Amino acid sequence: MRFGLDDDRTAMRDAARELLARWCPPDVVRAAWEGRPDPRPWQVLVEMGATSVLVPESRGGLGLDETFLTPVIEEAGWAALPQPLTTTALVAAPLGVTDSMVATDMGGPLVPQAVIAEAFLISEDAGLRLYQREEVDIEPVVTVDRARHCGRVRPRGPGTPLSDDRSVIALAFDRGVLGTAAELVGLAHRMLDLTVGYVTERHQFGRPVGSFQAVKHHLARAQLELSFAAPAVTYAAYAVANGLRDASRSVSTAKWLAGQAAAVTGRAALQCHGAIGYTTEADLHLFLKRSWALSRTWGSSDSHADRVAASLGL
Amino acid sequence: MDLTWNQEQEAFRAELREWLERNLTEWRQQIGGVELSGDTREGFSQQLLWERRLHEGGWSVVSWPRRYGGRNGSLWEWLIFEEEYWQAGGPQRVTQNGIQILAPALFELGSPEQRDAILPRMAAAVDLWCQGWSEPGAGSDLASVTSRARATDGGWVLNGHKTWTTRGAFCSHLFGLFRSDPDSERHRGLTYLLVPLDLDGITVRGFSRLDGDEGFAEVFFDEVFLPCDAVGGGVVLGEVDQGWSVVVATAGSERGLLRSPGRYRATAESLVALSGATGSDRWQRRRIARAWMKTEAFRLQTLQTVTTLTAGGSIGAEASLTKLWWSELDIELHELALDLLGPEAEMEGVWSKGYQFALAGPIYAGTNEIQRNIVAERVLGLPR
Repeated sequence: MRFGLDDDRTAMRDAARELLARWCPPDVVRAAWEGRPDPRPWQVLVEMGATSVLVPESRGGLGLDETFLTPVIEEAGWAALPQPLTTTALVAAPLGVTDSMVATDMGGPLVPQAVIAEAFLISEDAGLRLYQREEVDIEPVVTVDRARHCGRVRPRGPGTPLSDDRSVIALAFDRGVLGTAAELVGLAHRMLDLTVGYVTERHQFGRPVGSFQAVKHHLARAQLELSFAAPAVTYAAYAVANGLRDASRSVSTAKWLAGQAAAVTGRAALQCHGAIGYTTEADLHLFLKRSWALSRTWGSSDSHADRVAASLGL
Repeated sequence: MDLTWNQEQEAFRAELREWLERNLTEWRQQIGGVELSGDTREGFSQQLLWERRLHEGGWSVVSWPRRYGGRNGSLWEWLIFEEEYWQAGGPQRVTQNGIQILAPALFELGSPEQRDAILPRMAAAVDLWCQGWSEPGAGSDLASVTSRARATDGGWVLNGHKTWTTRGAFCSHLFGLFRSDPDSERHRGLTYLLVPLDLDGITVRGFSRLDGDEGFAEVFFDEVFLPCDAVGGGVVLGEVDQGWSVVVATAGSERGLLRSPGRYRATAESLVALSGATGSDRWQRRRIARAWMKTEAFRLQTLQTVTTLTAGGSIGAEASLTKLWWSELDIELHELALDLLGPEAEMEGVWSKGYQFALAGPIYAGTNEIQRNIVAERVLGLPR
């Protein structure tokens, strides 16, 4: 019995953390907001193998499982990476789609990163189909988080059938839910980090605002939600990687808890930043708006609670 | 990451499960089938029968060394024990205050003689220990205790007033903090004393908790002579005037910090079953699922914590997060049950009882407001 990341997994997560700290600081997210997405954070992640963790070694991948990849995705959430790591590395790669940046409509009708993606995983009545960029029409959609580069995607070419097996499609969906939960945990973590830094620096009434009990209690609550959501994501990755019976329930649990953590932390972060947080000049909004989008895609919190209820025989 | 139990642990679980099933049945027959609250005098004696049975089976303190009545189990065995115990519907543990609060202090700072004298009798539920922390003027602010201990020939003279002493009216011994240096303030000059409650000058008055059970007591000390050897190995735990450091050391020990998720998981499962029995609407089912997920999060977070501790790591202020989580969760689970019961929720029963008990969670062992301060200052590093 041993719960948590071992040295290998920690090393991989730390490598991603260092790369993202260097190549995906808030300025890079802001550039994406302004329609100038910087390709470098994606390139360095591809080079470190982040997009091929689940690809077998025989096909040039790392041949590892979800317990290695999920912590890396958490880091991508922390950085508010503008590119689709969950879809590419966790959803598409196990379906045999490698070597391209993939967007999908599996998490909702607005396709995130549609404007920058190279390939499209589209769910149709008959199953999942893959389209190349030249096979689709993309209608960009303005969303609250501009760095999501959302669009509506309409296939016009034939595409390639990927799978019509319901269990394969269900597992692909669960993987998307898992990755989104991991991103939400990373985002909650980032918002809490930013806020702890801010309330320690910011003085009012001659004291750091973080010394006031009301502020402390907001942030303690955020830390509480985060501390209990993170292990659920760790477990869900393990359950999916090992094909455990409760894998679907565990990803729903992780998504619900992570969504809760991000919502509580987001509100606390905004409140504790005060008026400076209510601007686009502070970095907080980059992470806050991402968390709003993610908590309502790949299944709402309510839909995941309902899935868990059903699995409990309720 | 490996969430499988090894063969020994599986065998431990199987043996325990079988033992619990047989002994719970026998014990229920022994008490005539009606299980009373352990916070009443009659219920307490019922549960002593159970505690002694547990001890005879070797299950009362699985993580203690064998010489004191334990099984030398690791924290993993302790977790398995808790899971199985609550799953099987075992009664509340009326010996917990000694086992959870005093014993860790003895393991950390007690003398070998004290351990030999106290622990085996505690494990066997022969001596029953209650805590003497709070006073009318010292609740969350424990360092403001005013009960006094004056050194005298061959012992101590105690004066003062302790209160909110859980099950104090049914216990035989008290451990607590007394001001031994009359000129001291706050956390200095306090001594951690071990006191038999049958000494002359001690008056114990039980009083009702929120649910009406006599689960609390106040303890009055009026020129009580406490002989040095009233407890084997001596009545002072740690050093004279250094009682606060004993409390701090105990608060930092893993046994004192951990609370098993087993009880909450059992409650969540009972709630799911209750929903089947009473019927529920979609909104209620969603709320139950949410509470269930929080229970699951507690289980997973505990596995993570025990992994850290087993690898030689430590937890400190993080324990405050755990307390916030289970205390709020316990109320949520019981509120949901009462909502399912609807108008019948007002009847005396396990859920209304459990609800009132759960309401104590955010108050005792450091109110949740104190816990949030600890999280903010010691986990997040916010300025004091």
